[in-house]
Amino acid sequence: MSEATARPLQVRGEVLSTHRVGAYHHLVLVAPGVADQARPGQFVALALGGPDTNLVLRRAFSIYRVSTRGVYGGTVEIIYAARGAGTQWLARQVQHTRVDVVGPLGRPFAPPRDVASATLVGGGYGSAPLFALAEMLQARGCRVDFVLGAASSDRLFGALDAKRMGSIVAVTTDDGSAGTRGRVTDVLPAVIERAGTDVVYACGPMAMLRAVSVVADSYGIPAQCAVEESMACGIGVCMTCVLPVRGDDGITRMVRSCVEGPVFLGDRVRWDDVGTVPADALGAPR
Amino acid sequence: MTFSVRTVPAPTAPAEPACDVTTRLGPVTLPNPVLTASGCAAAGRELDQFFDVTQLGAVVTKSIQLAARSGRPTPRMAETPSGMLNSIGLQGPGIDDFLAKDLSWLRERGARTVVSIAGSSVEDYATLARRLRRADGVTAIEVNISCPNVADRGLVFACDPVAAGDVVAAVRHETDAAVPVFAKLSPDVTDIVAVARACVEAGADGLSMINTLLGMALDLDTMRPVLAGVTGGLSGPAIRPVAVRCIWQVHAALPDVPIIGMGGVRSGLDALEMVLAGASAVSVGTAVFNDPGAPPRVLHELVVALAERGFDRLSDAVGFAHRGPA
Repeated sequence: MSEATARPLQVRGEVLSTHRVGAYHHLVLVAPGVADQARPGQFVALALGGPDTNLVLRRAFSIYRVSTRGVYGGTVEIIYAARGAGTQWLARQVQHTRVDVVGPLGRPFAPPRDVASATLVGGGYGSAPLFALAEMLQARGCRVDFVLGAASSDRLFGALDAKRMGSIVAVTTDDGSAGTRGRVTDVLPAVIERAGTDVVYACGPMAMLRAVSVVADSYGIPAQCAVEESMACGIGVCMTCVLPVRGDDGITRMVRSCVEGPVFLGDRVRWDDVGTVPADALGAPR
Repeated sequence: MTFSVRTVPAPTAPAEPACDVTTRLGPVTLPNPVLTASGCAAAGRELDQFFDVTQLGAVVTKSIQLAARSGRPTPRMAETPSGMLNSIGLQGPGIDDFLAKDLSWLRERGARTVVSIAGSSVEDYATLARRLRRADGVTAIEVNISCPNVADRGLVFACDPVAAGDVVAAVRHETDAAVPVFAKLSPDVTDIVAVARACVEAGADGLSMINTLLGMALDLDTMRPVLAGVTGGLSGPAIRPVAVRCIWQVHAALPDVPIIGMGGVRSGLDALEMVLAGASAVSVGTAVFNDPGAPPRVLHELVVALAERGFDRLSDAVGFAHRGPA
């Protein structure tokens, strides 16, 4: 994983393998070139449905991990839930199905300048990009701890990876079927205190990111949050994936999560106003 | 001991067939007829990562307004069968930022630029045209009088021939004669030919059609509208037959008026259909969301399709379907 400034590629990818992982699917795609450029937190946009599809929009998937070596010349892996027509089609595909891949896209997680203690928080399959991030942080000498949460144990992703890599691994489920019953933010303060956390990295549903951001704020530490907004293109032209974010100048703008994100500083996102255009946003209706 | 090596020729890109694809849009001649569609290409910079935007006939910008606009709340998008609804609400930077950052980039890049403009009064459009007159690098102006994502349907100028003509006359008056003015029409009217005629009589050099159709989708779990803006503009292949019909009717009535066709084009054959119906150029819009490389691919496929049908010149194919039986 190297330079993030490289331009995204559009390549004809191919399904290498697909497996069930609990309630999710794990897809390995051959995508020459994309793997070499990808950095943790970036995503790929896939054209799904095959050549005669009536699905006209791309689907964005956070990159779980990549492999730049091996006989396939670069693979990209994603974790997804088969919820809509596109992902249900994807779940039915077998080896060698062609899938058009655009990526890597978006701003990746930024590593801390100095050696730091990092707490990585994932909700559901939102934890997928955190493991490549953990590898990168550990290679820089950072301490890494995990807090993983989900509705139920089959919706937890990567608990074994986390146990292999993390100093502390805290797990929560809404129904108590694994770990502590409750939300990630119920256990996050204790982890921050034990780990002496300097920075939080989070990926998951909007409500979780908002809550994580509030906890990080209360400890005076930054939270880098990767958001999940629905996108039509993933490359910055459709303007559908916007959310209100405060800039360096203090002005709130409706920014595109595909090119200005998906990773934002938690204290810059106006979480309570997501889904609205705040009255003080640049260009808001008067 | 000797052995022979069979040399394998290196694969080469298929040769482009010889076909003159230059196209005239009033006073301007473009090197080819494939453009981006307004609102589907921002101001070209993002797509330039995937292909050289100077290869296109022109980049058509997202509609520019006088002031920066935040657009509508999210969700702004819903996928529909072979199409999508959008309710962006013309989010954009405003004319000052556009001139300083976007138009200057397009000019330095060497792209031809069709600037789309939108306003809520005749005076807004006139002011925008005046600002553009002082700017370099404007190949043509597309007057967006048909965005469906406004609070008041009465503000959709393209639904009324008189209002449409007023806007076009004001823009034409403020624009250099060497820069063609195209009026972008809505298909959501009873008689599109009447609106087209009014625009041409008001001085439009050509017509762009079609804008999106007003549509709506409900979320069957929440049992409420999917879009925060409730209604949105329908685009994509689902609306292509509507576009072909509009182009056909207007070309039949006004055969000398150049038309930029758009609405669901995703292949060279789709583009050819619009050309045969009467379009001199074709914009590729929603297809870009699925395939950022779509515009140059559509151009290549169109050239092949024209050559396969024996056309040496694109201009011979424009409106060809209106001729009597073969």
